[in-house]
Amino acid sequence: MRTEHIGKPISRVDGRAKVTGAAKYAAEYNVPGLVYGVVVSSAIAKGRITRIDVAEALRLPGVLQVFTHENSPLLAQSDNSYSDEVAPPGSPFRPLHDGEIRYSAQPVALVVADTFELAHYAASLVRIGYERDAHATNLNEERERAYQPRPREFIPPPESRGNAEKAFAEAIVRLEEEYSAPIEHHNPMEPFATTVLREENGRLLVYDKTQGVQNVQNYLCNVFGYSKGDLRVLSPFVGGAFGAGLRPVYQVFLAVLAARELKRSVRVSLMRQQMFTFTHRPAIWQRVALGAAPDGTLEAITHKAIAETSQFEDYSETVVNWSGLLYRCDNVELSHTVVKLDLHTPGDMRAPGAVWGLHALECAMDELAFKVGIDPIELRLKNYAERDQNEGKPFSSKELRACYRLGAEKFGWARRNPQPRSMREGNVLIGWGMAGGVWEAFHITADAKATLTADGRLTVSSATADIGTGTYTIMTQIAAEMLGLPIEDVTFKLGDSSLSKSPVEGGSFTASTVGSAVKAVCEKIRKKLFQLARKIDGSPLANTKLDNVRFVDGQIRSHNDSSRAVSLIEAMRHGGLSAIEEKASAGPTPEQMQYSRFAHSAVFTEVRIDEDLGTIRVMRVVGAVAAGRILNPKTARSQVLGAIVMGIGTALEEESVIDHTFGRIMTHNLADYHVPVNADVHDIEVIFVQEQDEAVNPLGAKGLGEIGIVGVAAAIANAVFHATGKRIRDLPITLDKLL
Amino acid sequence: MKRIITLTVNGEPVEGAVEPNRTLLSFLREDLGLTGAKHGCGLGDCGACTVILDGKPVNSCLVLAVQADGREVLTIEGLADNGKLHPIQEAFIETGAIQCGFCSPGMILSAKALLDESPKPTETEIRTAISGNLCRCTGYQKIVEAILAAAGTAQGKEVS
Ligand code: FES
Ligand code: FES
Repeated sequence: MRTEHIGKPISRVDGRAKVTGAAKYAAEYNVPGLVYGVVVSSAIAKGRITRIDVAEALRLPGVLQVFTHENSPLLAQSDNSYSDEVAPPGSPFRPLHDGEIRYSAQPVALVVADTFELAHYAASLVRIGYERDAHATNLNEERERAYQPRPREFIPPPESRGNAEKAFAEAIVRLEEEYSAPIEHHNPMEPFATTVLREENGRLLVYDKTQGVQNVQNYLCNVFGYSKGDLRVLSPFVGGAFGAGLRPVYQVFLAVLAARELKRSVRVSLMRQQMFTFTHRPAIWQRVALGAAPDGTLEAITHKAIAETSQFEDYSETVVNWSGLLYRCDNVELSHTVVKLDLHTPGDMRAPGAVWGLHALECAMDELAFKVGIDPIELRLKNYAERDQNEGKPFSSKELRACYRLGAEKFGWARRNPQPRSMREGNVLIGWGMAGGVWEAFHITADAKATLTADGRLTVSSATADIGTGTYTIMTQIAAEMLGLPIEDVTFKLGDSSLSKSPVEGGSFTASTVGSAVKAVCEKIRKKLFQLARKIDGSPLANTKLDNVRFVDGQIRSHNDSSRAVSLIEAMRHGGLSAIEEKASAGPTPEQMQYSRFAHSAVFTEVRIDEDLGTIRVMRVVGAVAAGRILNPKTARSQVLGAIVMGIGTALEEESVIDHTFGRIMTHNLADYHVPVNADVHDIEVIFVQEQDEAVNPLGAKGLGEIGIVGVAAAIANAVFHATGKRIRDLPITLDKLL
Repeated sequence: MKRIITLTVNGEPVEGAVEPNRTLLSFLREDLGLTGAKHGCGLGDCGACTVILDGKPVNSCLVLAVQADGREVLTIEGLADNGKLHPIQEAFIETGAIQCGFCSPGMILSAKALLDESPKPTETEIRTAISGNLCRCTGYQKIVEAILAAAGTAQGKEVS
């Protein structure tokens, strides 16, 4: 299909705002009289507050109030009111609700003062007495308490098939290994923050860092009893989130509480340390057992996962189902259970479930390949799944074979000597490893609105978010394409709860979900314009059908004869219209549901390891991604590059270390919690493998926010084995584990 | 007790009354409304708050406002010349070196300080210059490319 804008490497439409400092994030709305809230975090992991002494803090001139559970007003009572679009089953955490301490560093007070520094100082003067209960934060010690969590919406429960136990017992080649990984924190560069601007009539404008303005609006209205007309949530720019902003974070609750009670405009920003006090990727333990024929044909797969959740909610993610999906096998046993720990509820972090599940599965596949003595790619091709055996459906498209092939070619995989420790330069061991990746191509329902004005400018909107992924840009491209307008004449608006209904931004579903709604609303405008164009006296399009015209260069043109054309502006003028406004809703169709819809990838890595020091450097990565149609290669490449680098972090660096004596996360800053820095990143190449997929959704795009990270940790772990002959099955692979 | 400071910010003289515990970052963001300098950690770990102080990049969260008295500060808001973007800003947009944009002002100013000193840096020099700036979104590669590209554009010209 010929396109003008879709598929082109257009620079981000919000680029200028971001390089000049004009883009404003949640903590950057200043009004006279704004006051500042600083959160006090609990010092213990479990127990209750016996006493809070705020007198000293309140004595400071300029300190307005210290909110605690003792003076917090009566708010909504039911759990339902505190739930949200992404909440797992359970009883959501309510800030300042009572004196109970449910996890270490939970918010226990909000100090509000005229300046940030004063609030900060006053917060240090709040004295809190606690009564401690014994806590449990160590997943490995609590594994036998694992239970089946209540199912979560959109997360299919693992289903077994055949008889894996028997097939495994009978298999000639058997492999059974355990894998584990710690808590990770999203750590977007922008800390969570909210600025509540209070208008004179008491209405609140809530600038919040979130991935879902309407999700936050619903939550706040339910909790505080505001009508939607009186509380609007805005989030035009978000400094990264990776899933951390899917659910309302406690600072938005506290900021609104303070604004409501004090009748002031209030800002509450979390400190970096407090970025470790809410959602996180759960710690996990996994066991994978593979039974195979001597040639590597899989006969049994067992994949069991035990992850943590909080005492108050049942968080679960799709960890093990991938093992029933990625390879052909008739005997599959899957289970995913959770253990309640005294930590905050985990949440979705970039490719939730798949990052852990594919780490275990793809390491195990590498171990099996080595055991049966065949190339890891050959093993995967031998067991290639042509159909989704979990769901019993065909794939809408699956170019994973091409990912293996093209990635291997680019990487030079054919030159790999399969023997571990076979490549070295001096005392530097070199290892090559690969793994596959998969992520679901979700499509859910969203609405969009479009207004075309008589000057030929189009404004399209939906209440979604752009957390850096490029939503503003690709939606602008889709709309410009549909109406044949230059990019400059199209504006896309998002991040405002008063716009058309949209789900939270996440799950890699925004391109397909909001994109389909944008397409649908533009189709309505096209129809209207075409009718107007045909009605013009002597219209050159009088005898043409909508199917036989193109919208290009601001004109409606006949397919067959491009001289037969009417400009959009002309059509509107003749119709006497100053604007055309349309709304549309789009969601998945029953035809789409007949297919299994997934994005796939193959990741190849080269590591160099100093044999004496155990230091690991990832020198090369090739990621080959098949994710349907690529709407914008420039933003797409950036997404995948960034995700691969986050995967390097998962493999080698990231760990929220808990001191179990205190039940407290100790690596709660960016000096101790290591996110990849530029010295960790060397040569990375991204290949997009063509997929023409008309069945997946109306746009043919599968989404790219997550697929890039899946499989990276396994590919690196496998390269580490190839370099050293050591299997490190516990992430992150740090030098102490290697030496 | 507040102290009066006078300094130059983005070429303009500025006077302010600040508490001695106010950081330069807070002064810029809260008092002057120059929110292009970001607060990412407040601990000197992330570089999001980078501004140029007398020609050198600094983490403005680690500088007290009173320490900037009498000195010259450049923030991201002052980098474009009458609406014309600096070549580094252009290159960040063109190369696709931005995602969420939260690290971008700090990265760009670190790069600017480097190119002022050494207009044709090697890749290693670039990586060293931005080694104090974290980015969680882009994976750095495009940022390095953007700075290399900007250095190319600036070739033969005086880098302002
Ligand atoms: S905010 Fe200054 S270094 Fe992070
Ligand atoms: S672009 Fe988001 S932190 Fe760099």
